[in-house]
Amino acid sequence: MPNKSTSLVEPGETRHVTAALTRSSNGSADLRELEAGLDSLQSDAVRASRIDWSRILLPVAALAVLVIIWQLYVSLGFKRQDLVPGPLDVLGQFGNLWADGTLQEAVWTSLQRGLVGFLISVAIATPVGLLLAQVAPLRRAFGPLISGLQVLPSVAWVPAAIIWFGLTDATVYFVVFMGAIPSIINGLISGVDQIPPQYRSVGTVLGASRLQLALQIILPAALPGYLGGLKQGWAFSWRSLMAAEIIAVGGSIGFGLGSMLNQGRDLSDMTIVMSAILLILAVGILIELLVFGPIEKRLLRRRGLLAGSTR
Amino acid sequence: MPVVLENLGKRFGDGAPVLDDVNATIGQGEFVALLGASGCGKSTLLNIMAGLEAPTSGALEVPSDGAAFMFQDAALFPWLTARENIELALKLRGAGKAERRAKAGELLDLVHLGGAGDKRPHELSGGMRQRVALARSLAQDRQLLLMDEPFAALDAITRDLLHDELERIWKETGRTIVFVTHNVREAVRLGQRVLLLSSRPGRVVREWHVSEEHRTDAGLAGQLTGEITARLREEIRRHAK
Repeated sequence: MPNKSTSLVEPGETRHVTAALTRSSNGSADLRELEAGLDSLQSDAVRASRIDWSRILLPVAALAVLVIIWQLYVSLGFKRQDLVPGPLDVLGQFGNLWADGTLQEAVWTSLQRGLVGFLISVAIATPVGLLLAQVAPLRRAFGPLISGLQVLPSVAWVPAAIIWFGLTDATVYFVVFMGAIPSIINGLISGVDQIPPQYRSVGTVLGASRLQLALQIILPAALPGYLGGLKQGWAFSWRSLMAAEIIAVGGSIGFGLGSMLNQGRDLSDMTIVMSAILLILAVGILIELLVFGPIEKRLLRRRGLLAGSTR
Repeated sequence: MPVVLENLGKRFGDGAPVLDDVNATIGQGEFVALLGASGCGKSTLLNIMAGLEAPTSGALEVPSDGAAFMFQDAALFPWLTARENIELALKLRGAGKAERRAKAGELLDLVHLGGAGDKRPHELSGGMRQRVALARSLAQDRQLLLMDEPFAALDAITRDLLHDELERIWKETGRTIVFVTHNVREAVRLGQRVLLLSSRPGRVVREWHVSEEHRTDAGLAGQLTGEITARLREEIRRHAK
């Protein structure tokens, strides 16, 4: 090419360049076919999922090892049997508690309170958290207080609650709220903080109003952080509940797992104490396995965040 | 004229102006490529047209219903499928449920993704994601479509095909498109008009018309590309001192 202005393009390069300069396909049908080919080359093949037995067998094996170590320790007889009962003694006490219905009553009472308290906390904390995350002056004003409340052990509220509400369920719920609400709010706020700023721009460009932006874009985008907050909120409400049940006994407060723990202490019966501890632990594990685990896994898989994780 | 820019200027805080005295008019149904080196304020200009930022001086005229916008990365929402991403744009526009369903299907077909509607963004390739993003911006049903280097992060094969695809869709839908790029070949391949923006401050320094012959004659296209590249380099060299 004689034109002076094309001297920037090397002769050898020209042929390479021209392919991209003009149309590279012949008509719509050809383009559709080319794209379909490229799409299948560039997308991953779908992997079939099957039951992974190591997920079930490994935790069961770990549990078995711990119980064997416990039994061994007890058999060696370092301590008196009534101070450190063996797995079989505790199992026997389980049977007794089950037979007279105490176990069922305690688990049901505590679980019901824990769940109701947690759900009410979610209903209160979600709008408050969203509001704090979206409105800067509110967050600056109340953010430090909420963080502080999360650090404050909610047991500290038990004496105050007993003075205000007496020995009633209100006391228990109040303590649960003070434990769960701040951590759910903080989880939601940190989830919102981690949203890529571009999502907001997209929302604005798509014509979302402030409320639509909050509910249809910010909230779903913040879901992983929010779920983390919910998990922590549940843990806090369960712990607060146990603390409240141990301290506040009697009145119109029903018989929960914390009350059972306290009863074991009063009777100096270590098997009851161990049973109560194991039940409190078991409820925590079951809620994680049956509720939060599956939800979290589904959430992460749908967003393509599960690849390479150890979950 | 859907877009008129008059003496448009923009500066952030007390810094040097990013854009200074930008003048341009873009006609109905026109495809304009906005070309410039990095840091020339192309994206800022596009954001101003989209209403995401306000100019500090001058005036602009854009359609009253706003503009559709396509970003450099697809910016699809990862919790929604391809179809739901498109449906969300329709929902925020106020479309009813049945209409959303039908329209999203049409748009997926338009970008040749009829079979991938139920996939999530992470299951799609980069090119497919950009096509979903294109369908989403078309779902906004605005006459003006602003595109901010939408193909910059794609591989060369995919990009060439998407150029054909975009040209086809532009002809089918009659949109007015402003396409920002730093790639001279891309500008020549797509634009009917190429506007060259200078750097620091950004200002329209030259424009070229690209005819239909340039789309089919590689020699002619190469010649124009060379000419524009030379002018662009001259603009870059000014900043060497």
